[in-house]
Amino acid sequence: MDFEKELLALKQQVADKPGPENKLTMIVFSGELDKHLAALIIATGAAAMGMKVVLFYTFWGTAALRSPKKKANGKNLIEKMFGIMLPRGNNKLILSKMHTLGAGTAMIKGLMKKKHIASLDEMYEMAGALGVQIYVCEMSMDLMGMKMEEMIDYPNIRSAGVATMLADAKESSVQFFI
Amino acid sequence: MADYEIKKTLDYKGLACPMPIVKTSMEMPKIAVGDVVEILSTDPGSIADFPAWARTTGQAVLEVKQEPGLIRIYVKRQK
Repeated sequence: MDFEKELLALKQQVADKPGPENKLTMIVFSGELDKHLAALIIATGAAAMGMKVVLFYTFWGTAALRSPKKKANGKNLIEKMFGIMLPRGNNKLILSKMHTLGAGTAMIKGLMKKKHIASLDEMYEMAGALGVQIYVCEMSMDLMGMKMEEMIDYPNIRSAGVATMLADAKESSVQFFI
Repeated sequence: MADYEIKKTLDYKGLACPMPIVKTSMEMPKIAVGDVVEILSTDPGSIADFPAWARTTGQAVLEVKQEPGLIRIYVKRQK
């Protein structure tokens, strides 16, 4: 009898609690091709599953969002150096393993084409159409001298800080770090 | 023989994960509730992925047919 009462009370508690949203928040920290592929496959897949998707690009991840066609002015010497050293956009990313002076990365890209696996460019286009939100870490950009004006043309891209990411992550039922 | 009428066929042959479900999800709003679409895929992942996608999004996979080199998936839009 008491057990049933307790169960009812617990059920009521669970029903009253607002559950986490059907949302995925992913931190894209790494700067390698393979990890970005994984991130974009998960992001587009989650959007297809009807989830809201938020990607937060930070540290090495931010360089992948640079557009090869755009340039930002007003950088100092060190910032310019970072600009040269870091990959300008997702087509310049390399594999985390087996890069072998470029041969491995070229081979993977060739295989992807042969096996009709979507390129990062195609996946960004798809993610944009699906409403995937991209935040770029303000501090990472500032640290490495990157600016929003050199980032890719993407429908939902803006800079943000850790609080934005944490607020999203807290509401999300799934959180990833890549 | 299946007892439903196919309203549309979506040809995603040659596409790899996650494109078959991504493209299907983008097509869903164009399909009337209650209608059945046939999806053609060559990605073996589709066999497991479509039922999982349907379970999460509230759609229904009526049938998954495997032919040599081709997978046919029948999806009914539920909502």
